[in-house]
Amino acid sequence: MTYSAKFRVWRGDAEAGDLQDFTVEVNEGEVVLDIIHRLQATQASDLAVRWNCKAGKCGSCSAEVNGRPRLLCMTRMSTFTEAETITVTPMRAFPVIRDLVTDVSFNYQKAREVPAFAPPADLAPGEYRMQQIDVQRSQEFRKCIECFLCQDTCHVVRDHEENKQSFAGPRFLMRIAELDMHPLDTLDRKDQAQDEFGLGMCNITKCCTEVCPEHIKITDNALIPMKERVADRKYDPLVWLGNKILRRS
Amino acid sequence: MSDFEEHRYDVVIIGAGGAGLRAAIAAREAGMRTAIICKSLFGKAHTVMAEGGIAASMGNVNSNDNWQVHFRDTMRGGKFLNNPRMAELHAKEAPDRVWELETYGALFDRTPDGRISQRNFGGHEYPRLAHVGDRTGLELIRTLQQKIVSLQQADGREAGLNEASDDMLKVFAELTVTELLHDASGAVAGAFGYWRESGRFVVFRAPAVVLATGGIGKSFKVTSNSWEYTGDGHALALRAGSTLLNMEFVQFHPTGMVWPPSVKGILVTESVRGDGGVLRNSDGKRFMFDYVPDVFRKQYADNEDEADRWYKDPENNKRTPDLLPRDEVARAINSEVKAGRGSPHGGVFLDVSTRLPKEEIIRRLPSMHHQFKELADVDITAEPMEVGPTCHYVMGGVEVDPDSAAAARVPGLFAAGEVAGGMHGSNRLGGNSLSDLLVFGRRAGIGAAEYVAVLGNNYPVASESAIAEASATALAPFQIEGGENPYTLHQELQQTMNDLVGIIRNASEVQQALDTLADLKARARKVSVEGHRQFNPGWHLALDLQNMVAVSECVARAALLREESRGGHTRDDFPAMSAQWRQRNLICSAVFGPAGLEAINVVEQPIPSIRPDLLDLFDREELAKYLTASELPVAAADTDGDSS
Repeated sequence: MTYSAKFRVWRGDAEAGDLQDFTVEVNEGEVVLDIIHRLQATQASDLAVRWNCKAGKCGSCSAEVNGRPRLLCMTRMSTFTEAETITVTPMRAFPVIRDLVTDVSFNYQKAREVPAFAPPADLAPGEYRMQQIDVQRSQEFRKCIECFLCQDTCHVVRDHEENKQSFAGPRFLMRIAELDMHPLDTLDRKDQAQDEFGLGMCNITKCCTEVCPEHIKITDNALIPMKERVADRKYDPLVWLGNKILRRS
Repeated sequence: MSDFEEHRYDVVIIGAGGAGLRAAIAAREAGMRTAIICKSLFGKAHTVMAEGGIAASMGNVNSNDNWQVHFRDTMRGGKFLNNPRMAELHAKEAPDRVWELETYGALFDRTPDGRISQRNFGGHEYPRLAHVGDRTGLELIRTLQQKIVSLQQADGREAGLNEASDDMLKVFAELTVTELLHDASGAVAGAFGYWRESGRFVVFRAPAVVLATGGIGKSFKVTSNSWEYTGDGHALALRAGSTLLNMEFVQFHPTGMVWPPSVKGILVTESVRGDGGVLRNSDGKRFMFDYVPDVFRKQYADNEDEADRWYKDPENNKRTPDLLPRDEVARAINSEVKAGRGSPHGGVFLDVSTRLPKEEIIRRLPSMHHQFKELADVDITAEPMEVGPTCHYVMGGVEVDPDSAAAARVPGLFAAGEVAGGMHGSNRLGGNSLSDLLVFGRRAGIGAAEYVAVLGNNYPVASESAIAEASATALAPFQIEGGENPYTLHQELQQTMNDLVGIIRNASEVQQALDTLADLKARARKVSVEGHRQFNPGWHLALDLQNMVAVSECVARAALLREESRGGHTRDDFPAMSAQWRQRNLICSAVFGPAGLEAINVVEQPIPSIRPDLLDLFDREELAKYLTASELPVAAADTDGDSS
C-alpha cells in the first residue's frame, strides 16, 4: 500500500519562489496534508503551511492542488494515481507570505465592513422565538468554515486585484444574505449589498459553490435570492414611484 | 538583544477560543483596552471542533430540568472531585450565557414552539444541550467572533469613523506568547511573544493576563486535538509561579476514528449515541450493558428493551448505558478490544445505520456523515463506524479562584476554559465544555477588569532583563548546530505519553515515562532548527516542545502519586475509587534552577468542602459511595432509621 509519490510544492515568499520537486512516501488512507507534514518532518522542516483541525472543520489548510482550490486535509491521496505528479501551490487570489501560506487579511477586512446582526431592541435574552424552518436558510450559510476557497476561486477578484475594493466576495455576500434572511434581524441590507459590497459584479457562474468544502449552495441559495431581493426593491413600481417623488421634493 | 514592537493594554487575553473571546467581550464591556492573542487565524480556534452542544438547564425540552439537576450531573460525572463552587456557578449561569449568544446572532436548532432545542448527552439526566446539528462549536466561535467585530464597529462609530476601530479591542492573530512578564513582586506586567508570520518579537505591557489557551492533547499520539494544543497556558502559568491542579485527569473520548491511520483520533461526536447510535463488539453484542458501575446502576438501563424505550419515553425508562460518562465508555471499549472482541482496525463498532432512517442521520449528523464519507469512505447511513478512545481533554489545569478566575499565587493572572482546573473534577461531561468556556470566560474578563480597576495607574513594570532573556530563549534553537530535529522528539514524546501515561496506567509504566521525560527534557533544550524566523514551523515546534515536556511531566508525576482510579485516571494497580483520595487535590508547581524550569513538584492539598445546601441535593446513599463517613451530612432521623 505504501508507495513513493512525486510532489511539486511551491516554495518562496513575497519576492520570489518556484516549484520544488520532492519524492515522498505515501501510505494507505492519507490525505495531501499528511504528505506535506511528512515533508516537514523529513525533508523540509521549515516548509510553511497553515493547518489546525485536520478534519475539514476549521478551514485553515486551504491551498491549490493541481490548480484546484482545495482543503489539504480533505484531499485524499487515493483520488490520484500513483504515477501522477501532485502540484501544491498557495491560493492565487491572495498575496503569498511564505510557501503555502498566504495573506488572507482581505477577508477579515471585508468581515469588519459588514454591519453586525441587529436584534429588535425590545427583545430580552431568552425571549427569542424562531421556527426551525425560518432559521434553516441562514443556518446553511453559517456552516461556512471560512476557508476562503470561494474567495480564491471567484473570477471577479482572482486575477483582478483592482476589484477587491468594491467587491466583498462570495463569502461575505453570503454573510449579508444570512443576516438579511435572519428572522429577527432588523436592518435592511439590500441596497448596501448592491452598492457597497458589489453584489452586481457577481455573474452567477457558480465557481464558489463548486469549490465549497461544506457543499453550501452559495450561488443558488444565497447570491441569487439576494439578487432577487435587490431586484424586487429596485423594480417594485411603488418603490420606484416613491423614490421619484422623494427625489423631486 | 533583539528588537521588538511594543503594545500597551489593560487586559491581554491569550487564546481566541470560546473562553478567550468571551473574556475579551467582558473585559471590553467593562471599559478595558483589551488585546486578544491567538496562535492561529481569528476564528480557527479548537472550539470549532466541538460538535454536540452547550449544556444549559433551560428546560426547553424537559421542563423538569434546572440548575440543581445540572449541578448534580456534573458532580457525578466528575466523581465528586469537582470544585463545588465552580460546578454551582456553571450550572446556574449557563442558561444566561446561551440566551446571550442569540442576541449576538447565533442560530440554534429550534423546538416546535420556537425555543432553543436541546438534545440528550452522556451523563445528563435531561435533554440539555443547545446545538446546531453537530457543528455547535463552529456556531459558538463564529458568533463570538462576530460579536467582537460588532464591538469594534461600535467603537469605530463612537470615534466618528466609518470603519471598525482597533483602539479598544484588537485581535493579534498568528502570534505565539512564549513568556509572561512580571515585576519584582511577581505580579503580572505583560507578555512576550513572536509573530508567526515574520518571527519578529512583540512585547505586551499589561497588568492583567487571561490564559485561555486550551489543552495539552498534542503530547499524546492519538488525539482529537489540533497542533495548537501544546499546553502553552499551563506551562506559562507554571513558569510565572502559579500552580496546576489535578493534572493526572486526562479525558480519553470513547469515540475517535481508528481508520485510516492518518485520521486516527479524529473525534466522532457523542451526539451519535445521544441520537440513537449504539456500541457493538465483533460478536454484534451491545456490550455497554456489562459495564454499568455500581454508582450508576440507578440511572442506567440493564437491558436493551428498556434502553430503547428510553429515547421515546424517558420518564418511565432508564437511559441506555451507551450514554454513560465518557471515562466509563472509554474504559469499556478498551476492555472489549483487549479481550479480542474488537473491530478489524482495533476499535469497536458504533452503529447508527440500523437505528435511524437515512434522511434523519444526514439531517442530525451532517458533519459525521461528511467526515466518514470523505476521510474513510464509510457511509454511516449504511454501515457501522469503527471507533476507539482518543485523547480529548484535560480536566486538570491552572488552580483558580472560582468566582474571579484569578490564578493561584500570581496577582494579575487569570485562567478560563480548558486551561483552568477544578470545574470538571476527574471527568468532564460532554456539553459542559462549551458552557464552561462562556461562564468562566466571562468571569475571567470581569475578574481581570476589576483587578485592573483597583490598581489605578500603578501598573506593574516588567524588567528589561526579563525581556532580553525571553528573546534569547526563543532564539536558542537557531544557535545550536547539529542538534536533534524537533519533529523526532515530538513523536517520541507522543508515543511515550500514549503508551505509558494513557488510558490505563500503573506505577512501573508511569515511572518509565518519567525517566523518558527526563531524557526528553534535556534533549529538547538542544534541538536545532533550519531556515530563518519567517513562518518556520520547525522553530515553532521547538518552542512548543518545551511546554509539552513540562506539562507531560505534571501529568505523569500526578498520575504516579494518585493511588486510586477515578474518572480520567485509571490505575490497574489501584483499580478502586478511594474516598480518602477524594479529599485530596494534587498541586503541581515548578522548581526553578539556573536554566529556568528544572523540575515539577507535586504536593497534596485538601479539597474544598461541599456546602451543606449543595450536599442536600443528593441522597445520603449516593453520597456514601463517594465520601468518607466523617464527610457525610449528619443523618436525619427519617433517612437512616437509626435515631435511637
